[in-house]
Amino acid sequence: MSDRISVAKTYKLYIGGAFPRSESGRSYPVNDSRGGFLANASQGSRKDARDAVAAARKAFPGWSGATAYNRGQVLYRVAELLEGRREQFVAEVAASEGTKRGESIVDAAIDRWVWYAGWTDKVASVFGASNPVAGPYFSFSVPEPTGVVAVLAPQASSLLGLVSVVAPVIATGNTCVVVASQDRPLPAITLSEVLATSDVPGGVVNVLTGRTAEIAPWLAAHADVNALDLTGAPEAIKADLERAAAGTVKRLVRSGRGEPDWAREPDVSRLRAVLETKTVWHPMGV
Amino acid sequence: MSSNWEYAPAPESRDIANLKPAYRMFVDGKFVEGSGEPLKTVNPATEEVLAEVGTASAADVDNAVKAARRAYDRIWGRMPGAERAKYIFRIARLIQERARELAVLESLDNGKPIRESRDVDVPTAAAHFFYHAGWADKLGYAGFGPDPRPLGVAGQVIPWNFPLLMAAWKIAPALACGNTVVLKPAETTPLTALVLAEICQQADLPPGVVNILPGAGDVGSELVNHAGVDKVAFTGSTEVGKLIQRSLAGSGKKMTMELGGKAANIVFDDAPLDQAVEGIVNGIFFNQGHVCCAGSRLLVQESIADELLDKLRYRVSTLRVGDSLDKNTDVGAINSRAQLEKIQELAAAGDAEGAQRWTSPVPVPEKGFFFAPTVFSDVQQSMRIAREEIFGPVLSVLTFRTPDEAVAKANNTPYGLSAGIWTEKGSRILWAAQRMRAGVVWANTFNRFDPTAPFGGYQESGFGREGGRAGLEAYLDV
Amino acid sequence: MSAPSTTELSEVTRDDASLRRFLHGLPGVDQVGVEQRAATLGTRSIKKASKLQAIDTAISMVDLTTLEGADTPGKVRTLTAKARRPDPEYAEVPHVGAVCVYPDLVATAVAGVGDSGVGVASVATAFPSGRSNLAVKLADTELAVEAGATEIDMVIDRGAFLSGRYGQVYEEIVAVKAACGDAHLKVILETGELSTYDNVRRASWLALLAGGDFIKTSTGKVSPAATLPVTHVMLQAVRDWRDRTGELRGVKPAGGIRTTKDAIRYLVAVHEVAGPEWLTPKLFRFGASSLLNDLLMQRRTQLEGHYSGPDYVTVD
Repeated sequence: MSDRISVAKTYKLYIGGAFPRSESGRSYPVNDSRGGFLANASQGSRKDARDAVAAARKAFPGWSGATAYNRGQVLYRVAELLEGRREQFVAEVAASEGTKRGESIVDAAIDRWVWYAGWTDKVASVFGASNPVAGPYFSFSVPEPTGVVAVLAPQASSLLGLVSVVAPVIATGNTCVVVASQDRPLPAITLSEVLATSDVPGGVVNVLTGRTAEIAPWLAAHADVNALDLTGAPEAIKADLERAAAGTVKRLVRSGRGEPDWAREPDVSRLRAVLETKTVWHPMGV
Repeated sequence: MSSNWEYAPAPESRDIANLKPAYRMFVDGKFVEGSGEPLKTVNPATEEVLAEVGTASAADVDNAVKAARRAYDRIWGRMPGAERAKYIFRIARLIQERARELAVLESLDNGKPIRESRDVDVPTAAAHFFYHAGWADKLGYAGFGPDPRPLGVAGQVIPWNFPLLMAAWKIAPALACGNTVVLKPAETTPLTALVLAEICQQADLPPGVVNILPGAGDVGSELVNHAGVDKVAFTGSTEVGKLIQRSLAGSGKKMTMELGGKAANIVFDDAPLDQAVEGIVNGIFFNQGHVCCAGSRLLVQESIADELLDKLRYRVSTLRVGDSLDKNTDVGAINSRAQLEKIQELAAAGDAEGAQRWTSPVPVPEKGFFFAPTVFSDVQQSMRIAREEIFGPVLSVLTFRTPDEAVAKANNTPYGLSAGIWTEKGSRILWAAQRMRAGVVWANTFNRFDPTAPFGGYQESGFGREGGRAGLEAYLDV
Repeated sequence: MSAPSTTELSEVTRDDASLRRFLHGLPGVDQVGVEQRAATLGTRSIKKASKLQAIDTAISMVDLTTLEGADTPGKVRTLTAKARRPDPEYAEVPHVGAVCVYPDLVATAVAGVGDSGVGVASVATAFPSGRSNLAVKLADTELAVEAGATEIDMVIDRGAFLSGRYGQVYEEIVAVKAACGDAHLKVILETGELSTYDNVRRASWLALLAGGDFIKTSTGKVSPAATLPVTHVMLQAVRDWRDRTGELRGVKPAGGIRTTKDAIRYLVAVHEVAGPEWLTPKLFRFGASSLLNDLLMQRRTQLEGHYSGPDYVTVD
């Protein structure tokens, strides 16, 4: 151990490409798996959630309108940066999750990100179609991003789980507001820092830390949110969140009790869940 | 004969409908008495009672769901896809064979013109079964993994605007994917679904695979909330869709929702005008405007607004309103008194808010539920008739100056089911189509439907798709 | 858009460039849309009294036509007799609109129709191809007019039209119109050679601008001849012309219309696309030969309550 006093990091929210503190001025202590103090995190409020949704909406036309090739490159670049911060992530994951498998988790998270980055320009050919309609029309269907997605990130898997739910949302051209794992938020903030220094435009991913049960209902009911990923929702309020989401007919991403095994190879269901299908018709004639 | 050529009545014979005095619900392969309060279904074009129809009670719903479960567990869920396919093909053929009967019955019960039930509803219903039959043994190629599994029992609730066609949209993919079905037709239009049940019998479909329970909203509520139902598919109003989504919160049931709409039909100044007029007419007066994807908001570029409206009013004045069984009727009866009152109320709101009402001078029958084709001009975005779904033959006309303004106005709604674009410029079509927040975009055409083409909405118009490869997802555990 | 005044319309014919600007500025026609509309309108079911009325109207609109190399005065006399009195057993059957012959047989036709009110139409202008110079075309027209033709059916120069020489087509029509004197001018567009509905719309407007009293689909020598959707586009043109100028111009589909069912589909189109005021032989004609006998047979079926047969109408 050196005698030097390290420079402690301040963990803040990530909204619209900036790192504000919560407008509420609140923070809460984040501990490691054994209860030791790690840092204070901002305790996001409903107003922070509102600002985050506004930022996500503002970023949506640009991000969804970017070419798939461009989105792919931008996301791949994020993986490059993740690789560069590998040691920091390993330390944070290990501290948060109390695991000795930090390295393999971070490796899997980076690989997961690369996997989704490669999907950006495959989605349309895999999920789209030319429809052989019975008439003199050309009809085709294309997948399109559903819009602003509120993501309640997994509570346990602070990085791999987080990446597994965020990457498919933005790979498909959506923008999102992520509520980080309540007790393990540090990797999410560090990921924000990576995103901020990457080419991902501000507002595409917004990260809130704080009490999931406090913030989630505001997102579930927000009329400018198009979809809600309930993965990290506390069981006790899942049904309430679904009810609130029904108010504007939101798309829901539901998972069963407990967290999925994030180490398992992913499939395309998380991509499909945040895609709309648009069918276009045009007559064929001279 | 200049100027006074009247078309003599050309009614399709109602005998073809084989109308029976009483209809019963269909459970476990048999027509049985329901223990709910029977309902009387009415011909909206004449207000006469057509038949008495037995309805389901909560116990009947339970029986039907159990029958569907047994059929799923013991037969249908295990049957090889190739065998399922042959049953579904049979149903398609039987619909074609009984097409005329179904068309006449549909027009009697619903009020829609026979030309539409004959040329659109029934053939498209048969096409849906034919298309999905072929999927039953090819699901491994549908992009959902090598062996996608069905969900189990599907509870399906459909509206009154396309009674047989909506039943086909719901039942065909469900069966193809290996699910069994309990379907509730709309309270005011139960008859063709019960003939479809008869067709299932004629096709020798195993008992319990398809069950049809007539009744009102309470039956629908019982059905979707039944613990034995794994999948809920609903087509209807956004209001009821939200209620269902709320009531299913936390249930884990897979849902698809096809809800309301307030589609914009955008006409640019370089549009093929005469066809645009046809498309506008088809968009809002097809099926009396009882279409969730109806082009109920016309957005026309200011520079051609007067010319287009002149052409439109002339064209609308040629629409023939009346007897739904007359082969020359273009606009039939409003499906119910309640719906007619809703249309009248919204039209009155249009007057009150300062829009200019033009009503077709066409003669309208005194008896029955009718509403003459109506065009409101000088409509502003803030008016109710520009924002609320009227679900009737009422068009709201707004204007725009630039393509950006057109797109912004078109998307300025919580709905997102369909949109129309009229321009001869190809790049503009693709530009606008990309920007429409709508599940179906018709360019230089409107209201086209095909089983191969996915249909469904964005935002409050619902989620999930019907038709095409995308539509299979709704009935698979993926 | 407010309807441009007639002075504006006269300006568009000033030169080739103005004509091109105007014709290419007309709204496009979507093929699928117009064909769909024609097919849907074709499902109208016309029964009983309205059918009888339609049959009589259609008879009065027939331009009973013979345009064969083998035509003789005898053939034309047979035709004129039929034209005057289509069904000898039913005196109330109206006479047809006109007989239509080649210029050299006009005099025979004029004598044959007498004072019956049946018009005599003559094809002219190097019919059917139009491949000659203007002087020959005008001489052809004058020959027919001098022989007593009351109607001239001219052909446009499709070659000139398709290569974009609209001014030339326009000038030719204007010149033929002048040569017609009091005779009505029908301008044959030969839509089967124009290939697109956009071209049909432009050619229709060109003919209307040049003063054609009627626009006519076809010579009958080119396939396809008249079709319902083409006629829809032409009916839209005369309706739009009326909306702009207040003038009523006519439409004549010709070739391929053989049955009563076909004819009624056309009348429905006239009724609903152009408007009821076009339901008169002054504004709508059928260029046909075998159609008349089918109309007569169907008329008998309506009146007699059983199907009629070809031996009960005259073969001419």
